[in-house]
Amino acid sequence: MNTNSPFFLDEILFVVLPYIALVIFLLVSIRRYLTQSFTFSSLSSQFLENQQHFWGLVPFHYGIIAIVTGHLIGFLIPREVLWWNSYPLRLYVLEISAFIFGVLTLVGLTSIIIRRLTTPKIKMVSSTADWILFGIFIVQIVSGLSVAVFHSWGSSWFASSAVPYLWSLATLSPDISYITAMPWMVKLHIVCAYVMIAFFPFTRLVHALVVPNPYLWRKTQVVRWYGAWKLKRAS
Amino acid sequence: MNVRSQISMVFHLDKCIGCHTCSIACKNIWTDRKGAEYMWWNNVETKPGTGFPTQWEDQEKYRGGWEKKNGSINLKSISKTRTITDIFHNPSMPSMDDYYEPWTYKYDELFNAPEGSDQPTARPISLVTGEYINVEAGPNWDDDLGGSRVYAENDPNLKNLSEEQQQQLFAIERLVMFYFPRICNHCLNPSCVASCPSGALYKRGEDGIVLIDQKRCRGWRQCIAACPYKKTFYNWSTGKSEKCILCFPRLETGQAPACFHSCVGRIRYLGVLLYDADRIEEVANKPNDELVDAHRSLILNPNDPAVISAALQNGVHESVIEFAQKSPVYKFVKEWKIALPPHIEFRTLPMLYYVPPMSPVMAQQNDDTVQSVSDSFFHDIEQSRVPLQFLANLFGAGHQGKVVYALKKQKAVRTYRRAVTVGDIEMSVAEKMLNEADCTTQEAEAIYQLTSLCTFDDRFVIPPMHREEAIEMMKDPHEHRSEVGFGFVEKPERGL
Repeated sequence: MNTNSPFFLDEILFVVLPYIALVIFLLVSIRRYLTQSFTFSSLSSQFLENQQHFWGLVPFHYGIIAIVTGHLIGFLIPREVLWWNSYPLRLYVLEISAFIFGVLTLVGLTSIIIRRLTTPKIKMVSSTADWILFGIFIVQIVSGLSVAVFHSWGSSWFASSAVPYLWSLATLSPDISYITAMPWMVKLHIVCAYVMIAFFPFTRLVHALVVPNPYLWRKTQVVRWYGAWKLKRAS
Repeated sequence: MNVRSQISMVFHLDKCIGCHTCSIACKNIWTDRKGAEYMWWNNVETKPGTGFPTQWEDQEKYRGGWEKKNGSINLKSISKTRTITDIFHNPSMPSMDDYYEPWTYKYDELFNAPEGSDQPTARPISLVTGEYINVEAGPNWDDDLGGSRVYAENDPNLKNLSEEQQQQLFAIERLVMFYFPRICNHCLNPSCVASCPSGALYKRGEDGIVLIDQKRCRGWRQCIAACPYKKTFYNWSTGKSEKCILCFPRLETGQAPACFHSCVGRIRYLGVLLYDADRIEEVANKPNDELVDAHRSLILNPNDPAVISAALQNGVHESVIEFAQKSPVYKFVKEWKIALPPHIEFRTLPMLYYVPPMSPVMAQQNDDTVQSVSDSFFHDIEQSRVPLQFLANLFGAGHQGKVVYALKKQKAVRTYRRAVTVGDIEMSVAEKMLNEADCTTQEAEAIYQLTSLCTFDDRFVIPPMHREEAIEMMKDPHEHRSEVGFGFVEKPERGL
């Protein structure tokens, strides 16, 4: 892509868009949680179809969780990632395992989409938002995988070039010089991520915001009493 | 002693006629909605039979309830660490195929059919997809099929019956069945509550009703697998789980739950029990043969001054204690000991009890006369047409003792009443039988009264639910009275 895009395209895509996406994400998520808490659900369709469900949902979730965690780690501790990658063997291990998780996500997503298309019952519980979401996911995963293949080594240049850009956004002093020269596939991946963040609170993805971690330390049984004063006694 | 109160139920199976009126009453009020069509918070099963969902009692298949392991009890379907791995795909989750695909009929085909030589028909269409379907299962698909090789033979309660007993059950002369109506048991140790990752399921402290907070439920569907009675249901449209709410809005206004209210056979009793919440864990841990007694020992005597003062201290309202003293459930379960919990071996400590059914009298035909095969007037308990072991598997964790006790007492009461009203049995014989059944004439009279002549008010002794106390916690009740009914309520609609 031309480094001197007309109409400040780079500024719009890499400075304006991320802020808009983040604002939409925060405001809509909070508003939805406060006023429409009933709509927060995994909207699981396992009840309607129980076999293919496993082969789609399990690889997809393990894959996406690993990939998102990987991006987060790179964002938080880029120096340590570069140090890790300073030995080729360790770099290969990281790149290959990240790629495997990426493929896992793609395989899972494909299986999910096929299941939704071919099972009449599941088709009934698929919304337009679901299909748009699948489209964004495909673009995101495929662009991510091709970046990993054609623009190696992603884990290293992500830490050295993309992370400083993201931090510049986070510290409200945007500096797009890091990415204007990036290949278009990388740019697509970044822009698509912003689109997904903006679209997130309008979709079933909100279930990721209510992951039930308190279950791990709460008491086995739950008893609710009339008023708060009675909560004090042992349930 | 941590005294709490619990709304409890007794279903008198000897009186159930299997009319399904309870199911329809419930369906019309609560589950006649999209996504809930297949749910039957109340259903009536034929035993022996496979039930709803199919073979729900087989916990090797569904993995519901608790299992005892190394001295403590754990959920069979899930653990805290397994929630992390199983949350994407719950391996113990039943699917719609285990229940049935709900359907309606395309009635407009009756009106729009072109003129022809045959009658127009309304073909069944799925309520999920709207497509034509072949109806292959329903909520009471094995209704009345007591001796069926397809259904009754697959009843999980037949597992440890001898070959001979099983054969007898399917012999044409001995075919037998009874009805088994089921609602949520509102357990003391609910596995659905314990399994919920969101903490959306809870037991109400004041009356023990188990509910699902619809706003906190996220559709992780662990409760569906964890409830061994399969009485939590997944709403496929809203993505939330739902269950029997014991008609709490009715209870709070002094009315019996719809299924109780509509019961034609008057088999249902409802009242409040006081129990010791400190002992729940200990009791749920007992070995199988002690479970029934231990469960019963949790229930406290509401006339005992020590219990009363402990209850008052714990915030149980005195009017509730007063109603506990009049509770019909207390009489059946604790005083007479003829009502038993279903499948106590699941260790959820159910608070719905069943009076086990008497069997039909066995008779033989000699030429033109039909004679009872038993020497005594009613059938011999040991030779009962429903094998005792079958009833024991349902109501005694496999142990016959409690079931035999309950049946013998019922038989003694019948004999005694026969001696009183018809007089063809010697009173001395009846009294001897009562004595052997651990029953006095006064008790027999009381059992007879509450079983046969019970009025509406005898069956449903509903304590005041004191919702005003709940309102007081938050705001002035007078203010609440002027405001209630106004405002915006979020529609229970599926999210995007």
